[in-house]
Amino acid sequence: MRIGVFVCQCGTNIASTVDTERVAQEVKKLPDVVYTTTYMYTCSEPGQQEIQRAIEEHNLQGVVVAACSPRMHEPTFRRAVEKAGLNRYMFEMANIREHVSWVSNDREANTKKAIELVRMAVAKLRFNQPLFPSRVAINKRVMVIGGGVAGIQAALDCADAGLDVVLVERRTSIGGKMAQLDKTFPTIDCSSCILGPKMVDVAQKENITLHAYSEIESVSGYVGNFAVRVRKKATYVDWKACTGCGVCMEKCPSRKVPDEFNEGLSFTRAINIPFPQAIPKKATINRSYCIYFTKGKCGICAKVCPAKAIRYDMTDEVVTEEVGAIIVATGYDLFDPSAYGEYGAGQYRDVITGIQYERILSASGPFGGHIKRPSDGREPKDVVFIACVGSRDASVGRPYCSGVCCMYIAKQAILTKDHIPNSRSYVFYMDIRSPAKNYDEFVRRAQEEYGVQYIRGRVGKIYPRGDRLVVQGMDTLLGIQVEVEADLVVLATGIEASRGARELAEKLHISYDQYGFFMENHPKLRPVETNTAGIYLAGVCQGPKDIPASVAQGSAAAAKVLALFARDTIETSPQVASVTERACIACGKCIEVCPYGAIRWKELKGGVRKAEVITTVCQGCGLCNATCPPKAIQLQHATDNQILAEIEELCA
Amino acid sequence: MVDVTLYPGCSLEGTAQDYRDSLEIACSRLGVNLIELENWICCGATAAHSLDEFLALEFPARNLVLAEKRGLDVVVPCALCFNRLKTTEKHLLKNTHPELTKKYPFKGTIKIHDLLAYLTTPDMLKGISSLVKKPLEGLKLVSYYGCMVNRPPRITDAQNHENPTQMDRLVETLGATAIDWPFKTDCCGASHVVARPDLVFVLVKKLYDRAIAQEANGIVVSCQMCHANLDMYQDQISEYFGERYHIPVFYFTELINLAFGDERQIGWLSRHVVDPLPTLRECGLI
Repeated sequence: MRIGVFVCQCGTNIASTVDTERVAQEVKKLPDVVYTTTYMYTCSEPGQQEIQRAIEEHNLQGVVVAACSPRMHEPTFRRAVEKAGLNRYMFEMANIREHVSWVSNDREANTKKAIELVRMAVAKLRFNQPLFPSRVAINKRVMVIGGGVAGIQAALDCADAGLDVVLVERRTSIGGKMAQLDKTFPTIDCSSCILGPKMVDVAQKENITLHAYSEIESVSGYVGNFAVRVRKKATYVDWKACTGCGVCMEKCPSRKVPDEFNEGLSFTRAINIPFPQAIPKKATINRSYCIYFTKGKCGICAKVCPAKAIRYDMTDEVVTEEVGAIIVATGYDLFDPSAYGEYGAGQYRDVITGIQYERILSASGPFGGHIKRPSDGREPKDVVFIACVGSRDASVGRPYCSGVCCMYIAKQAILTKDHIPNSRSYVFYMDIRSPAKNYDEFVRRAQEEYGVQYIRGRVGKIYPRGDRLVVQGMDTLLGIQVEVEADLVVLATGIEASRGARELAEKLHISYDQYGFFMENHPKLRPVETNTAGIYLAGVCQGPKDIPASVAQGSAAAAKVLALFARDTIETSPQVASVTERACIACGKCIEVCPYGAIRWKELKGGVRKAEVITTVCQGCGLCNATCPPKAIQLQHATDNQILAEIEELCA
Repeated sequence: MVDVTLYPGCSLEGTAQDYRDSLEIACSRLGVNLIELENWICCGATAAHSLDEFLALEFPARNLVLAEKRGLDVVVPCALCFNRLKTTEKHLLKNTHPELTKKYPFKGTIKIHDLLAYLTTPDMLKGISSLVKKPLEGLKLVSYYGCMVNRPPRITDAQNHENPTQMDRLVETLGATAIDWPFKTDCCGASHVVARPDLVFVLVKKLYDRAIAQEANGIVVSCQMCHANLDMYQDQISEYFGERYHIPVFYFTELINLAFGDERQIGWLSRHVVDPLPTLRECGLI
């Protein structure tokens, strides 16, 4: 084989701690290597042309590039060698940046390690064979998981483009957190007034199938052809018959059910429609509070329902949806402030969270839009807001900024003044983060026009005095301790990953960060793609963001799906397992270990069984290869021979 | 009898002799055999850790290694000593300073207990309850834990560091009324009383006012530093603010002895600056 090696300097990224010239000279001595060179930026247009020129001039049959991580530029170089007439799998990459030059400053050791990595790549390349992808048809349906504003936007954009959309929502209504908000910053427009029409659109679009009160059970398949099992949880109400009239809710005798939509500030009934604008507007029985289910008799809802829709014997149902792409928009949950014992959340009834205050402000909230204290229903005069509760605080495991609290506090302080003109609002903050369009002006308006007192410093303690609360904190600008007496304290609880996010990520085979937010493929350049082809992200499930950014990302994810679906077929990677039938002993171990169900039995003449790989399902993980006793099953492009060649070269 | 190592710390040899006497009696009645750590040295608080981080770890490290050789769990009555020993334990076990770990090879085979926590485990409270002869009826007490025993939780391993309840449970076991209040873990100002009495006076006045507002007739503490600031300076604080405070401050161990009917304890109470005897007399306890 005639091999060419191109050692990249990556500007100074590699060259400053690796002697790239020496690497090139040393590997020139290897058998089969007929050409080596170094280049400042191999990934650049002229860098790629240099490779193509060398392939032609030196009749190269294989190429090694020693540069950055293959995650970054392997596709770039594969395309480059392909243009010059080589098969794209006759190319290997040695990672001498992330694995070498960025790891240590020891130039001598780095150079030696770089040489070893290149030698290994050359050794492997000698065993490489041209591989060819196959093509499969794309199922042009898309699933959106999560019916908050990001998911709704993605679903509507896909539906507008004519795609069949399956929207899956865990709760009994779509709308997500935005449906709970009163007004939205920085324009103070009513949240449910701008979200409501979009929710109705979802219900009315004929090409959107909505599975509410449903969760993802399992996901199989691959880009273009996923099969998703969805568990439709038992609602005990036949939603096809239910008209959403609400008579059952009115008559239900179980009246002490904490209202989740009102964040526990009021009670609802055991059978309920979560809020008036709910989509779908259908009733659901909460089994743990229903008298029929807990005590065995009642049945009032069944008696009063004019549509005869109550079904006490209903069970969960699992449906399988086949789709070509998945958009994940599962949103977030809010930090539980009981970690801050010194703030007394849960202990003092008038210390509430930001989302609870949204419900209090809302006209459809627990107090009909009148600001009242949860403890005694009195109208507060002094309201203190505390920023960064569960944000930017490593001591509670939340070192990141939630990005929305500074803005929602300013909004809530403004609304407080609107509701109660003679009230006073105080904000304890660390820094004010208001970088988006019209945001800083909005905060200034809160300070200057609405007279909200901003105090820069953390609060150390909240304690009761009479029926009021004393907020004791630091004013770091004045360098003194301050005490503010308040009637109501609002903790700006931060954003955290949605409950169950990690489990869902594992079902989808996508990665998540240490806090449970889903990982994008590249933090800047591929912000809606995941590492798994065909699965895209939208909204806060990827990281804290506000409504405009969530909506934008919802549309971006839809655009990615449309781009994918613009083709009728897609190439599948040939880097999959394949069975050498005469070596297979039909033990079936590979079938047991395959996490994707990609191996099945194949019957030969005379009833002989052999393992067979379904190449379109195989993800190339290699578990079967490691398990197979006679090594009859081999992973293409990472065969035993190729791996052993690399190890032998390293140990030589 | 259970044998444990006692690390008394320096205050219990001086100003807090009353604490020491009372805890020794209480422990012996409860079947806890206190064996003083031989050759113990200063824990380094407060002076060492404000000057030299390594030295601040070295002092407690030496004590920990000595205690580990003895092989018994250590109980620490002083909040500051407890905090320093726990801090050093964490540093040694996590090997944050390899040179320190090398010099003081502490393996973590013994536990370090705050005396209050040690004497208020559910089993211990059961034992205390069975020994109570004279329930302390009429005493209405706020429990003041101070800042160092519970915080920071990553050092102290306290379960409920902002709202501890073990002293309240003890008070109730002894037959007195425990009053819940929000200043359980507030700072008393500790040794700042020497340099900045004005600051400490403000902090302590807040405690008195709240205790009185909630109708407490005594404060119970587990730290001799808190005791000093709340008891010794009460007259000066009264004068400073033009008030007339008279609120006795008890060590929790003293209350155990009183409830057990130990006559010696009544004599030792006269060592307090704020005389608790009138209050006890009012309640019909003596």
